[in-house]
Amino acid sequence: MEIIENNVVNHTPIIEAESIVIRFSGDSGDGMQLTGNQFTDTAAFVGNDLSTFPDFPAEIRAPIGTTSGVSGFQVHFGSKEIFTPGDEFDVLVAMNSAALKVDLPRLKKGGIIITNIAGFDKKNLSLAGYPDGINPLEDGSLNDYIVHKIDVTKLTKECLAGTGLGMKEIERSKNMFVLGLLFWMFDEPMEYTITFINEKFAKKQDIADANIKTLKAGWNFGDHTEIFASRFKVSPAKLPKGTYRNITGNHATALGLIAASEISGLPLFLGSYPITPASDVLHELSKYKTSNVKTFQAEDEIAAICSAIGASYAGGFGVTTTSGPGMSLKTEAIGLATILEIPLLIVNIQRGGPSTGLPTKTEQSDLLQAMYGRHGEGPIPVIAASSPADCFNTIIEGSRIAIEHMTPVIVLTDGYIANGSEPWRFPTADQLPKINVKFVTEANGPDGTFLAYKRDEKLVRPWVKPGTKGLMHRIGGLEKHADTGNVSYDAKNHGIMTEIREAKIQRIADYIPLAKVECGNDKGNLLVLGWGSTDGAIKTVVHELFKEGYDVAHLHLRYLNPFPKNLGEILKNYTQVLVPEMNCGQLLKLVRAKYLVDAIPYNKVQGQPFTTSELKNKILELLK
Amino acid sequence: MSTTTEMDVMPKLTAKDFASNQEVKWCPGCGDYSILKQVQTVFPDFGVPKEDIVFISGIGCAARFTYYMDTYGMHSIHGRAAAIASGVKTLNPHLSVWVVSGDGDAFSIGGNHFIHLMRKNFDLNYLVFNNQIYGLTKGQYSPTSEKGKVAKSTPYGSVEEPFNPAELALGAKSTFVSRSLDRDPKHMQMVLKRANEHKGTSFVEIYQNCPVFNDGTYFAFSEKETKKEQAIFVEQGKPLVFGTTEEKGIKFDGLQPIIVNLNETSVSLNDLWIHDERDKTKASILTRFADNEFKGESFPRPFGVFYQEERSTCEEAIENQIKELTARKGKPSLDKILSGDKTWTIL
Repeated sequence: MEIIENNVVNHTPIIEAESIVIRFSGDSGDGMQLTGNQFTDTAAFVGNDLSTFPDFPAEIRAPIGTTSGVSGFQVHFGSKEIFTPGDEFDVLVAMNSAALKVDLPRLKKGGIIITNIAGFDKKNLSLAGYPDGINPLEDGSLNDYIVHKIDVTKLTKECLAGTGLGMKEIERSKNMFVLGLLFWMFDEPMEYTITFINEKFAKKQDIADANIKTLKAGWNFGDHTEIFASRFKVSPAKLPKGTYRNITGNHATALGLIAASEISGLPLFLGSYPITPASDVLHELSKYKTSNVKTFQAEDEIAAICSAIGASYAGGFGVTTTSGPGMSLKTEAIGLATILEIPLLIVNIQRGGPSTGLPTKTEQSDLLQAMYGRHGEGPIPVIAASSPADCFNTIIEGSRIAIEHMTPVIVLTDGYIANGSEPWRFPTADQLPKINVKFVTEANGPDGTFLAYKRDEKLVRPWVKPGTKGLMHRIGGLEKHADTGNVSYDAKNHGIMTEIREAKIQRIADYIPLAKVECGNDKGNLLVLGWGSTDGAIKTVVHELFKEGYDVAHLHLRYLNPFPKNLGEILKNYTQVLVPEMNCGQLLKLVRAKYLVDAIPYNKVQGQPFTTSELKNKILELLK
Repeated sequence: MSTTTEMDVMPKLTAKDFASNQEVKWCPGCGDYSILKQVQTVFPDFGVPKEDIVFISGIGCAARFTYYMDTYGMHSIHGRAAAIASGVKTLNPHLSVWVVSGDGDAFSIGGNHFIHLMRKNFDLNYLVFNNQIYGLTKGQYSPTSEKGKVAKSTPYGSVEEPFNPAELALGAKSTFVSRSLDRDPKHMQMVLKRANEHKGTSFVEIYQNCPVFNDGTYFAFSEKETKKEQAIFVEQGKPLVFGTTEEKGIKFDGLQPIIVNLNETSVSLNDLWIHDERDKTKASILTRFADNEFKGESFPRPFGVFYQEERSTCEEAIENQIKELTARKGKPSLDKILSGDKTWTIL
C-alpha cells in the first residue's frame, strides 16, 4: 500500500493509504463472495474508485478444507483511479489453512494476514496438505508478515450464545465478524451492510439480528482489543463529477440490453440456457418482465439461439447469452441468422477452453471462433467490452449494429469483467443514442411485388414483421436470389451473394468511430494494442510508463470486425506493436493478416488476467 | 389511416390464394402433394388473414412446404423449427404458427426440441410428415423406421427400436395428439381443422408415402382391400369398431384391450371401448396400438384425434405473468433501472 500520512485518532493510529488490495479467501461455503461484495459496496459508497475480482472454483461445494475448494474475492480500492483488481494483496483474510496456502504467494511482503485459527486445527492443516505437525501460524514461516490469529468461530459462537440459533446458523455468521473487523480496520461505515442484512433477511428477523450482532462484534473486537497497531483510511477518489453505482459486467450487460430495447422501441427477447459465467445475465433480465422484456430459458443452447432468431423474425430484438461451449453449439444457428440477415445479438462471456475447460476462469480465446467459426463464408460483426461498466456501452453498440445493419453481432466479454465490478457513472435515459428501426410496410418491387433482399445504401435488406399485409414472403437457409430472396442454386448468384454479405459487414466501418490512441504519442516506438478485458492492466502500465517518459502508447479496440478504418494507418506509426492477449495470439493473427504488420505477441493462458507487473516487464524489455 | 368500411372486409380466400408463386419440387407421386393440397383447401375456412400465418420448417423434404405457402415463412435449419416457432409465438402470440417437419427432423435431430415444445404447450400446430425414411439424403433409416429396415445405411437391416410418435408426444405431455394419412384427404382435412381449433400445441402425425425410398409403407391403411381390417378411425363418443363388415370391436378386459366379434350374440356395441379424447389412460393404450401386441393379439392402426386436453398455453402464461407483475409493481423508468437502489454522487 502507498502510505501518504499518519494521523492519530483515539488509541489506534489511522494511516492514510492511497490504495489497498484485500483478498478475502476461504472455503466455498464460508461466504467470501458475499463478504467481499459487501466490503466493495461500502467502499464504493464512500467514494473510492475500485475494481474487484471474484475468483472461485467450478464446484459449488468442493471438498471442505481442501485447496481446490478455496473461493477468493479480491478488491482493490483507492483514492486514485483504479483499473485492475491489483497484482498483490495488502491484506489477506484466510478463513482456513487451505486459503492461506493458496493465496499467500501473492501477499505483499510485510502484508497483513487475518486468520481464523479454527481453520488451522489438525484436520484443516491436513486437508490443506500441510505435512504432519506443521502449522504455518506457529512455525515462523510467516515472520515476514503481520499475522492476526483470531478464533473467529469461537468469538462468533460466544457472541450468538443464547440467541436460540442453531450451531449451523451461528457458524454461517462468522464471515460477518470478519467483515465488521475489516470495516473497523479501514474506518468504513457499517450502515450499508446493516441495511443489506435487514433487507436480505426481512422475513427472518432472528437471522438478521444475529448477523448484525456479529458484524458489530467484529468491529468492537478491533476497537477494544489492542492487537492492531494501526488502522487505515482510504479517502474518496477524485473521480469525474456525477452519480455512480457499483456494477459487474454481467449486470451491465443486462442493463445494456434493457436500454437497447427501450431506445430502439423493440421488445426484447432473451433466449438463454444456463452456463457459467453467463447465467447472471439471464437471472438479471428475468427480473424486468414489466419492461418489455421476455426471457426464455430454453431446453438447450441451440434452442436458446433459435428462439431468439424466431423472436427477431417476428419483429422483436432477439438476444442470446452464453459462454464457450454454448457458442460452439450455436454455431449453425449463427450461420442461419447470417444468411437470413436479421438482427440478433450473441453475447459470449468467454471462459477457459477448449471443451468444458475452466468454467469459472477467464480467457480471451474465442475471438477467432467469433470471427470465423461458421461453415461457409459467414462474415458477422464482432465487438468486445473492455471493463465491467463498458459492457453496457458495448451491448448498446452491438445492438445498434445488429438492428440498423440487419445482422447477427457477436459481443465478447469474459469471466474476469463479467464477475468483476467497478464504479459506473451511469447515463440518464435521455443521454442514450437512439437506435433506428425501419419496418417495411410497402411493396418495394415492380408491380407491387416485394423483394426481400433488395438493399439500401448500407446494403441492408428490408425488415418485415409477419402480420404486415401484402408482403408475405419466405426466407430460409438456402442460398437466395440476390433480389427476390427466392431460393437460387445459380452459381454466379452465389458468388454475388457471398460478396454482398462480406461487403455489407465491411461497410459497417463507415458507421463506427475511428480508432484513437488513448495514451501516449501518435507516433513513436511502441504501441500496445489490446482488446477486451486486458484494458485495465494495459492502461495502468502504459499510463505509468508514459508519465515516466517512456515512448509507449496504448490503443484499445472495441471493434474487431470490421476494424476501424484508420487502424492500419495507426499501426504504421509505431516501430513496434505489442499485442497482449489471454490467448495464444488471436488478434495478433488478424492484424498481421490484414495489415502485414510484424506485431509482437504477449500471451497468457492461465485462467487469470494479466498482472500489471508482468505486463510492465514485457513492455520494458521491448523499450530497452 | 383509413376507417374500416364494408369495402375493407376481406372476401373469403380460396385454396389458390394460399399457393405461392414457387414451383413445387417434390418427386412425382410424393405424399407431400396431397398434404399441401389439404392444407391449402382447409386454410380458407379458418378465416385467418394470410399475413397472420407463419410457417416454420427445418430441413428435409417436408420442410420445403414453407416455400409453397403464400404466407410468411422460414425454412430454417435441421431439427430447430420447434425452437424458432417458440420464439415467434412468445414474441407475437397473435400469429397463427404452423411447424412442418419430417420424422428425422422432428424425432432425431430435433428430438429434444420436440419433447420440450410438447410440454410447454404454445398455441401452435406441429405437423410431422412421417414416411419412416430419410428422403432428402436419399434413403437412410429414420427413428420411425421399423426394426429390420433395410436401407442405405442398414444393408443388413436396422437393429433399433423405432419411436411411436403419438406415444412419444403423449409422454411428453402434448395436449393434442392425432394421426392422419396422405391418402385420405377428407380425414386429413378433418384432423387439420381440429388441430387449428385446439388451443395449445397440436401434434399431427401424417403418414406420408415416399414413392422413391419407402414406397407403400402405409398402403395397408389406405387401400380398399386391407384398410378396413388394418386401420381403425376413432371418433369422439363412438365405439371402436373395424373390420371388412364392421364386425369387429375393441373392448377392455381389465386394463387390456381385446378384439371381439360383434356377430357373436354375447357381445353388444354398448360393451365396447367408447373413444374419449379426454381420457389419457385410454389414449396411452390407443397410441400403442401401432406397435404393441396385447395378449398376443395385433391391433389395427388407429387414426383420428387420440387425445385432447385444455391447458393454459405458454404464451398465455407469459403474458399473464407480465400483466400481473405490471399491475402489482408497475413499469420502472429506464432511469430508475440504470441507477438501481444504491448510488453515490461525486460533486
